[in-house]
Amino acid sequence: MNEHAPALVVMLPIIGAVLIMLIRHNNLNWGIALLSGISTIYYSIILYLNARSVGTISYAMGGWEPPVGIEYRIDEFNSLLIALIAIVSFLILVYAKSSLNIELKKNKISTFYSMYLLCLGGLIGILSTGDAFNAFVFLEISSLATYVIISMGNDRRGLLAAYQYLIIGTIGATLYVIGVGLIFIITGSLNLYDISLKLADIELYRPLLASLAFITVGIALKIALFPLHAWLPNAYAFAPSVGTAFLASTATKVAIYLLIKYLYLVYGFDLVYSNQIFIFVVLSLSIIAMFGASMIAIFQRNLKKLFAYSSVAQIGYITLGIGIANYSGLIGSTVHIINHSIIKAAIFLAIGCLVFSSKIVNIDQLAGLGKRMPMVAVCITVSSLSLIGVPGTVGFISKWYLVLGSLEQGLWIVVFALAVSSILALIYVGRIIELIWFHTPVGGMVSQNKIPFEMIAVTVLMTIATIYFGIDTRLTGDLAKIAVENVLLGEQL
Amino acid sequence: MTSSLLHPGIILILFGLFIPLIKNRLIVLLFPIASFIILFSLDNGTVIKLDYGNYELILLSIDKLSRLFSYIFLLILFATAIFSINQDSKSEISSAFVYVGSSISVVLSGDLITLFIFWEIMAITSTIVIWSGSKQSYYPGIRYLAVHLLGGSILLIGIIGYVNTTGTLAFGLMSPDNIFSYFVLAGFLINAGAPPFSSWIPDAYPSASWSGTVFLSAFTTKTAVYVLIVGYAGYQFLIYVGIFMIFYGIIFAILENDMRRILSYSIVNQVGFMIVAVGIGTEIAINGASSHAFTHIIYKALLLMSAGSVFYITGRTKCTDLGGLYKTMPLTMICGIIGALSISAFPLTSGFISKSLTVQATVYEELKILWLLLTMASAGVFLHAGIKFPWFVFFQKDAKIKAEDPPKNMRLAMILLSALCILIGVFPGALYSILPYDVKYLPYTLDHVSSQLQLLMFSGLAFFILLKYLKRTLTITLDFDWFWRKFGVLVVNLFDTYLLKKIQTLIQSIDNLGTQTIRSLHKHSGPSGMLGRSWSTGNMALWTAILLGLFLLFYLFA
Repeated sequence: MNEHAPALVVMLPIIGAVLIMLIRHNNLNWGIALLSGISTIYYSIILYLNARSVGTISYAMGGWEPPVGIEYRIDEFNSLLIALIAIVSFLILVYAKSSLNIELKKNKISTFYSMYLLCLGGLIGILSTGDAFNAFVFLEISSLATYVIISMGNDRRGLLAAYQYLIIGTIGATLYVIGVGLIFIITGSLNLYDISLKLADIELYRPLLASLAFITVGIALKIALFPLHAWLPNAYAFAPSVGTAFLASTATKVAIYLLIKYLYLVYGFDLVYSNQIFIFVVLSLSIIAMFGASMIAIFQRNLKKLFAYSSVAQIGYITLGIGIANYSGLIGSTVHIINHSIIKAAIFLAIGCLVFSSKIVNIDQLAGLGKRMPMVAVCITVSSLSLIGVPGTVGFISKWYLVLGSLEQGLWIVVFALAVSSILALIYVGRIIELIWFHTPVGGMVSQNKIPFEMIAVTVLMTIATIYFGIDTRLTGDLAKIAVENVLLGEQL
Repeated sequence: MTSSLLHPGIILILFGLFIPLIKNRLIVLLFPIASFIILFSLDNGTVIKLDYGNYELILLSIDKLSRLFSYIFLLILFATAIFSINQDSKSEISSAFVYVGSSISVVLSGDLITLFIFWEIMAITSTIVIWSGSKQSYYPGIRYLAVHLLGGSILLIGIIGYVNTTGTLAFGLMSPDNIFSYFVLAGFLINAGAPPFSSWIPDAYPSASWSGTVFLSAFTTKTAVYVLIVGYAGYQFLIYVGIFMIFYGIIFAILENDMRRILSYSIVNQVGFMIVAVGIGTEIAINGASSHAFTHIIYKALLLMSAGSVFYITGRTKCTDLGGLYKTMPLTMICGIIGALSISAFPLTSGFISKSLTVQATVYEELKILWLLLTMASAGVFLHAGIKFPWFVFFQKDAKIKAEDPPKNMRLAMILLSALCILIGVFPGALYSILPYDVKYLPYTLDHVSSQLQLLMFSGLAFFILLKYLKRTLTITLDFDWFWRKFGVLVVNLFDTYLLKKIQTLIQSIDNLGTQTIRSLHKHSGPSGMLGRSWSTGNMALWTAILLGLFLLFYLFA
């Protein structure tokens, strides 16, 4: 079975999704979801270990040899992210049952599990496929599942958010396909590795650059890069808590990987960075995201929206590393993909606990939380501190590499942007922490549901991870380093 | 890992985290003692290492200087823990312990990354100490944290750049040729309360609780003094920074009405002395800076305990609301006066034997103007901390406040520190023996005689003023007002008439600008603003088109 692992990591969640739709028994389906989640983790880890020991794995889907057939190409970079996403989404699934029982109508829960797994399968598909059009198909699979997840929330505004994302997501996918079409016309191939070989012989000319522009903007929509972020806050705010945690920690990260893959493995470093314009646009958009989105977050009252805007800002940090475009900068990006995934999962899961126990929506309702729910309060506090990049948390590791990268590149403006932007994060995080610990609870609190053990356990586990990986960097920093060294910069180094 | 648990700072941090679970407050007093025993058992030169990513961190490396600072930190933690036994806020005590533990860890750290990590933990935990004060502490706290995070970011940039360009993590004397060492310097100076960020001290410290201010006064600025001694001894630039801080502290303390703010300005002023000494950088100056830090921590804590007791009992902090407490709070008054005499470097108190080292250093280096400035400043210190604080709080005209001396534990803490102030002043040998360099500044040696004369001159002057002041105040209060204006406001008037007004209009306009900026930010970024509200789908599509168009346009001309 192990030689089919590249196909299995994609197929297991999708098979699970179909089974769940057929069975429609909520508790049984939870079991099926967990089962397919854990087996996905198993194969993703096998994939990673294989990639580490033998290098890039090429898997011909259905026995059709590439470049004609669809190829799955697993290397140390994407298999790392596959493992990350498999693990995070499994933990969120463990947490999901009780939370969904409260937030969703009984007859919707099975559909949610199904869409969750479908989305997961799609995301892993994007990561593992080596085919430009196949990536589009998985992009659509995961997006369609996402639209459903967003629309399932109790708040009816979720419908509008889902609809908006549907339109915008479709525009993004269309732009992406146009880009792929242009590449196909130029090279006659859809296999990404094959394209990269063929592009090496082609002189730089406009259609190629145009395809780069289309693909970049198309994926940037999925990444929610400022100013294309506008779909994200509402989508995160009105989706069920489990859905928000899942999307925030996986979906945008996968899109960022896809962008990195195109920039470094398909078009190649030399082409993309041959003119300064690309760097300029990416860097300035990232910095605007870091500042603009944090500024909006400062004035937000809605808790989920606040952290949604913070996500937009954090995405700015990740794309910043892409713009810095040197060894340390890329490590910063990669490590922040992992770190931010963990941090946001922890935060949104903690918020899910709050929604579960007392339907907290606005930050004012957090007053005195430290006395009523100390565990959840500690989780929110610690993971929020991670967002600022306090030493000893994962955020610090990311900040370190990003500052190092921009110093090496001599980008002083970026260095100062990094320094100042964490203060903006401090302002919205500080207000929350102060409300939680130093205010007395507002009178007439709604009756509280006792938070089940597994919800607390997963939230605490994620929070501990934000600390643990901030101290022991072997699983994040070092693996990110290997990924960047061996995969992205293989030729440059 | 087991070895790093036997780290005096880290063990204190761990203890601090458990404090919320502890019912009996007396147990808390054992923690500083335990940490002290560990520290005492470690020889100079002991090193604890830890692998962190690709770097080998030196969690602990002890020398005479770091041992001196750790001892005084533990001592004052112990005293303040006694003082705050009846403080109900568990978050304050707990975070204060973590805060002190990380200060000690900074002092003991042997490399820049360890230093930075604990530096940031200090910033956060001290903010929690501030926030534990009252509901009004939120904004001072967040301003405090913002300043420190800015400082931390600048420090981080400096450290990363420094490590990257020199290839060494070790924290020692920083190379003056490397541009990044100036970033590190800026980060350190922000914590020391240097301009233009001096105001975070009087802004934040007085908004903590009656015991929180005592905790805060000792650690952040003195840790900064320590790292400046290690990294930047002899940087002449620091002399100017220090001089500025000295006079900034004096002038604003004279203008101030709130007793805890007066004492906070006085911290800026005193740290200024130490930074001047670091800037001079000779052995005796370094001895001066470290011994001054040592004694200052004690007498400033004593002064703030005395002020804290008054606040605890009366609930008032403004000089104009207080007065005449010498009848009802005699012990607090006596302890406050001992602190006030110490800060004024009165003979037989701890301030006398420590500050004179710095002044002596200027004599050895023949820095005449500096010597003059320091001597003038010493008179200024006497004026604002030595006279103004005790006079307005304990004497003045009787404000008829019902009061009594504070509870037993608070009295005990004050007596302990008062005794230390006097003991150190009477027997300076004990302190001199733990200073980083051998103290050649001993009585009855030939080269000491000249400096001794100078000191006598200076302290004689101080004593003379004190005598005159005591005579007058015992008789007529109005006379004192006259005296006050003549001596203090002479300087102040200069500011008051012209400079101060200019400064005030400047501050006002900056303030207005700030309000307006926030308003316009809220207009655009707030939930109903252009950026913050939900966008229509059309707008989103429009932005996509714009971005795509821009890219294509750029590439068209590329």
